[in-house]
Amino acid sequence: MLHRLFFGYFAIASVVLSLLIISRKNPVHSVLWMLALFFHIAGIYLFLNAEFIAAVQIILYAGAILVLFLFVVMMLNLKEEVTAERFGDAWPIGIVVGASLLVLVSFAITRLVQGPLGQYSVERIQAMTHTKAIGMVLYTEYLFPFEIASTILLIAIVGAIVLAKKSKD
Amino acid sequence: MVPLNWYIGLSAVIFMIGVVGFLIRRNILIMLMSIELMLNSVNITLVAFSHYLQDLRGQVLVFFIITVAAAEAAIGLAILISLFRNKAVVHTDEMKEMKG
Repeated sequence: MLHRLFFGYFAIASVVLSLLIISRKNPVHSVLWMLALFFHIAGIYLFLNAEFIAAVQIILYAGAILVLFLFVVMMLNLKEEVTAERFGDAWPIGIVVGASLLVLVSFAITRLVQGPLGQYSVERIQAMTHTKAIGMVLYTEYLFPFEIASTILLIAIVGAIVLAKKSKD
Repeated sequence: MVPLNWYIGLSAVIFMIGVVGFLIRRNILIMLMSIELMLNSVNITLVAFSHYLQDLRGQVLVFFIITVAAAEAAIGLAILISLFRNKAVVHTDEMKEMKG
């Protein structure tokens, strides 16, 4: 009962915060609501016994990606954003597309068949800590995708600097 | 306990809000934030499945998705900055140079 109450708070708060993110006039307000949403999503991860992913969510998303967004919002410094028109011309089509997507996905959700269980039960993950469990899987079985992820980050660093550099002429 | 369908339903609702936000807003920054919303909803689904199927592969994929989301946010914002240098607006319906 308490589980469901807590999950209900996190779920309703996440949905309300998402609606607030996409509907504010001032982009700084949107970014700040996104910060609150990231903390609530980290709370949902803690609920699902994934404390390393919750910590990574707060460090990376709330600490790096959000700060990057905030830097760009402050740097662009658009005064006319609070008076400009928020929604594009075709906004009813957007809402219809979103609602039909939700109906399609809800059909898939109700017909869910659960697959076979794996080996990492909750007790086993809590016996060795979650960080060690992810480390043991990530660095043995998924070593090659890990190296590819570091190459992707290198490309992102080089690409962002090349794109945003001022040309000296 | 919380059934698995509730987590998937929550993720579907947040994904739909991200899709709607991407389609209806003019400001490119809010569109990039809706992309982050969609990626976060997929992360919730993956971690929920990883918990209920007692497997760790979902969480490893979440790790990689967070990495790729960070890289893509950086490059998207760099593109936005160089676009803003040329046109001084960040609205999608005013970027009409390639319109035939």
